[in-house]
Amino acid sequence: MEGQNVEELLAKAERDEAEKLQRITVHKELELEFDLGNLLALDRNPPTGLRHAGPTQEAELRALARDNTQLLINQLWQLPTERVEEALVARLPEPTTRLPREKPVPRPRPLTRWQQFARLKGIRPKKKTNLVWDEVSGQWRRRWGYQRARDDTKEWLIEVPGNADPMEDQFAKRIQAKKERVAKNELNRLRNLARAHKIQLPSATGMHPTGHQSKEELGRAMQVARVSTASVGRFQERLPKEKAPRGSGKKRKFQPLFGDFAAEKKSQLEMLRVMNSKKPQMDVTRATNKQMREEDQEEAAKRRKMSQKGKRKGGRQGPGSKRKGGPPSQGGKRKGGLGGKMNSAPPALGGRRKGGQHHGGKRRK
Amino acid sequence: MRPLTEEETRVMFEKIAKYIGENLQLLVDRPDGTYCFRLHNDRVYYVSEKILKLAANISGDKLVSLGTCFGKFTKTHKFRLHITALDYLAPYAKYKVWIKPGAEQSFLYGNHVLKSGLGRITENTSQYQGVVVYSMADIPLVHIV
Repeated sequence: MEGQNVEELLAKAERDEAEKLQRITVHKELELEFDLGNLLALDRNPPTGLRHAGPTQEAELRALARDNTQLLINQLWQLPTERVEEALVARLPEPTTRLPREKPVPRPRPLTRWQQFARLKGIRPKKKTNLVWDEVSGQWRRRWGYQRARDDTKEWLIEVPGNADPMEDQFAKRIQAKKERVAKNELNRLRNLARAHKIQLPSATGMHPTGHQSKEELGRAMQVARVSTASVGRFQERLPKEKAPRGSGKKRKFQPLFGDFAAEKKSQLEMLRVMNSKKPQMDVTRATNKQMREEDQEEAAKRRKMSQKGKRKGGRQGPGSKRKGGPPSQGGKRKGGLGGKMNSAPPALGGRRKGGQHHGGKRRK
Repeated sequence: MRPLTEEETRVMFEKIAKYIGENLQLLVDRPDGTYCFRLHNDRVYYVSEKILKLAANISGDKLVSLGTCFGKFTKTHKFRLHITALDYLAPYAKYKVWIKPGAEQSFLYGNHVLKSGLGRITENTSQYQGVVVYSMADIPLVHIV
């Protein structure tokens, strides 16, 4: 019995092998079109077997796919091969089908300042030759760029003009002028770029020191200068007739007009749920204020006790005296102490300030 | 025109909830369409999404009103309900007061309602509860302050 099973298995294996070899060759009525550059095979044979759509088409579809893939692979095997780092690689030809654009068409860039001016005035670019005859070197040189024809920084002899200071270095002056021109050009280029990408320039508050500045720009520059102190302008006095500027506060940000309606609804329902829950929700700010006040009171009481003890024992240097190291350590203790009660530090600090303000008066909120 | 901030929504809901309580959910979450509250020139408008999208095409300074005005926020950010909200509050009112025909006219002209003018009142109305006043014909009334 076992022997028979083994024979059967071997026979089956042999048959499978034969089948596989057979299936390398596929017979098609119409030859497929190949675009090996894109690994594409186009089968124009009419799919007669798939006329009636149904759930049992899976096997036929799979067979069709296998046949076409086999043909494509056969084509690939016919390509010239080469060896690249111990791997046999087929060199694909250039793709013949043209694929559509991957990204959308680039939108037109905004015109630069010169282009706007030229358009306004109707100035057309004059066609100029690339090379100019340079007398000095006796050869054709570029109009601009490396080793250009008339480079005034490279002159070996400069006459001092009549009205100039005889001690002035004319060569250095020319080099300086060139540097300034380059810098100005670079600035304009960056400005054009920023305009094209709608990025704000760093000096966008109109703080260019030279040039004509309007009243608003001067006002803005003054405001910025006022705020640029260590205390952010808190102790800067105003001149007798100087008025405080309007609208210099932080701009509020609102939700967009048609934001996510579902999210809006959800947040409103949540708010209603909280309102209707009839349980007093823990007000975190109040809780932290209360905690801080209690700690402050404890500290004060302790300090008073210590100072009294110190006085009685003849002015001993106790921890009762005002110490500079007090507040930071208190702050640290506070943070640690509230670790269990709240989630984050910032509300605590905010609460601390609020608690401090209302210490004397009525406890609001 | 802009949506309300958290703070403003809370203030407004608290005011409206005094009259309709938890039925406010039915105003926020309606089965027959998306309605939302929008603020324009300190007034709160209750408007459907469709109308809102149309109104967005009008510039802010030319837009007078949209949807239903529920009320406005005063300069000190308190919310005042307006008459125009009555149509939406009346069906959801929790505590109702019906006044007799004789007292109705007096009420409409701004006078207080005496106990003798009181027709019906929902039970368990606590003192200082926000109520909606109806005439005997079940028409919600509002008096000019």
